[in-house]
Amino acid sequence: MSDEVKQVLPLAKPMEGVSGKTGTWRVTKPVFHNDKCVKCRLCWLYCPESVIEIVDREDAFITINYDYCKGCGICSDVCPTKAIDLVPEGE
Amino acid sequence: MLNKGLTEIRFHGRGGQGAVTAANILVVAAYKAGLWGTAFPHFGAERRGAPVTAFARISKRRVRVRSMIRHPDVIVVLDPALPKLVNVFEGLRDDGRVVINSPKRPDFRGPWMTCYVDASKIALDYGLVMAGWPLVNTAILGALAKAIDFPMKHVTEGIQEYIGGVSGRKNAAAAEKGFSEVVCVE
Amino acid sequence: MAVKPLTGNYAAAWAARRARVKVVAAFPITPQTTIVEKLAQFIERGELDAKIIRVESEHSALAAVYGAAAGGARAFTATGSHGLMYMHEMLWWVAGSRVPLVMAVAMRTLGPPWNIWTDHSDAMDQRDTGWLIMFAEHNQEVFDELIKMFKVTEDEKVYLPGIVNLDAFILSHTTEPVDIPDQEVIDSFLPPRKQPYVMKAGNGLTMGNIPKDLRENMEMREDIFRAQERAKRVIEEVDEEWYRLTGRRYGGLIECYRCEDADHYIAGVGAWVGDMREAVDRLRSENGLRVGLLKIRYFRPFPREEISKWLSNAKSLIVFDRSVSPGSAGPLFLDVVTHTTLAGLRLPIKNVLAGLTGLDVTYEDIENVVLKSVGEVEESGTFRNFIEWHYGGEA
Repeated sequence: MSDEVKQVLPLAKPMEGVSGKTGTWRVTKPVFHNDKCVKCRLCWLYCPESVIEIVDREDAFITINYDYCKGCGICSDVCPTKAIDLVPEGE
Repeated sequence: MLNKGLTEIRFHGRGGQGAVTAANILVVAAYKAGLWGTAFPHFGAERRGAPVTAFARISKRRVRVRSMIRHPDVIVVLDPALPKLVNVFEGLRDDGRVVINSPKRPDFRGPWMTCYVDASKIALDYGLVMAGWPLVNTAILGALAKAIDFPMKHVTEGIQEYIGGVSGRKNAAAAEKGFSEVVCVE
Repeated sequence: MAVKPLTGNYAAAWAARRARVKVVAAFPITPQTTIVEKLAQFIERGELDAKIIRVESEHSALAAVYGAAAGGARAFTATGSHGLMYMHEMLWWVAGSRVPLVMAVAMRTLGPPWNIWTDHSDAMDQRDTGWLIMFAEHNQEVFDELIKMFKVTEDEKVYLPGIVNLDAFILSHTTEPVDIPDQEVIDSFLPPRKQPYVMKAGNGLTMGNIPKDLRENMEMREDIFRAQERAKRVIEEVDEEWYRLTGRRYGGLIECYRCEDADHYIAGVGAWVGDMREAVDRLRSENGLRVGLLKIRYFRPFPREEISKWLSNAKSLIVFDRSVSPGSAGPLFLDVVTHTTLAGLRLPIKNVLAGLTGLDVTYEDIENVVLKSVGEVEESGTFRNFIEWHYGGEA
């Protein structure tokens, strides 16, 4: 009998996107312009969803994970050089 | 469409767009038109911007069914981008209606009748904006009224009663505009 | 008289307003919060002359309105789910001290896991507290029964507190037309508050001291038992009085829908009774099955005589529970089986556990269960199993 016991437990493991692709909530989209970036990392620090990653490449200092970015605009707001624009989604 | 016993409507919007309010106003309007109705939200991730649904049932007698709507007669889509994100057509009856906020004829096709109206533009024209978003729910209610032969007079009254004041009048005017501008295609 | 489109929660707030409550205290919890928000708005606009006591928990919320009620004020609170669990101890104090008080409970699943949908476990867990416990089917009934509950609880034959339960979201947040009678109508219906004693300054009185005589203590418990029994007649009389005033009557403790010629019966409490009505109509028109529906309005006091009367010629009964007592069965089923057995009835009774944790239940689901189960009874005279977990879809 014991090998038939299967418990159904209210557990979840930490993982990316447990609420699904929250990027679908976005109505405005942050667009990053590397030429204006001064590498201050404020956007990375302030992003409430941790979707900004410092990649420090030649063409881009950061990347934004649009699967989970909700488009709140905080990154654009805190950027001292206006290197992140907010544009309407779908344009 | 309202001649059959029970009309079941599912609203698709984004959290903050007023889908629940639209469903509620429809119940107010229905009562004025001598019909019974219920309106209820589907709370999941009810967050600003997240895809949300709300439901309404309209009937000639008191609505007693409480379960979710699985086979809607009508779907109302407040945001033109939603059909790409979620399956808004799920369970829609073949003889049903799609009422969508869209500036041009949408490219999806199906057995149902599709009614489209540029509700975002109407909302902006009437200055219906909150926290940067056009409030499209009343314009789309006008379009819905046209699509299901619901008496527009009562929609206007319902909006003014529910919202009230200057804003109520603006929203009622937006609904009238939605009613007159909606285009329905087979 | 005015018909307003209201959510179940707003209907509850309107009932408290029309009952002219003097004190409100509550702690926010989904799906209850909008009841007290609406009451706060009424008070702020000067439409209701009452005080809101802000508290740090549900335990304190009930303690606060309990104190106000003991002091002579008509008082009201509302909660649900974990809030009701946290309040649970105070429910015993209120009933035990025989202070009339009315509460709305927006029923919601208990965790874990966190879940905001309807489930009757929170309400059923108050079974033994001594409170009158009522389940509403729709928003009109939420309003009507809350008004009536003030009258029943303040009747000297009762003097017990009462709960009106409404299902999370499918009532609490569903908008539908509700008739709200004018204030004068309610004033003519609800007399000034009565209660067995009033705690006030200058009148030396304590309540709840350790008793010298335990026999007396047990008699207090028996008196609550008897008051619940007496409440049955009061509930029926108040229902009739409400009918004369508003044209709406609900049958007192119980309504039997399409029971006059029924062979097989189903029973349930709460909002999904509406879906059960639809299922009964369809089973009759499409399947030729003569099914009757026992809508059990009051769980406490339990309508044992009425249920047994309706079932005297029944071939079978299916009791739908939206909660369960693990290790036993659904609470509604347990009471029905106990009291029909005591009444000498010998019919097959089955417990269907469905809709727990808010899982959606449609009238088709109910039809499928009835068709399958009644088929078993017609074939063999009994059910194949007596406790069934039903998840929806094909039975």
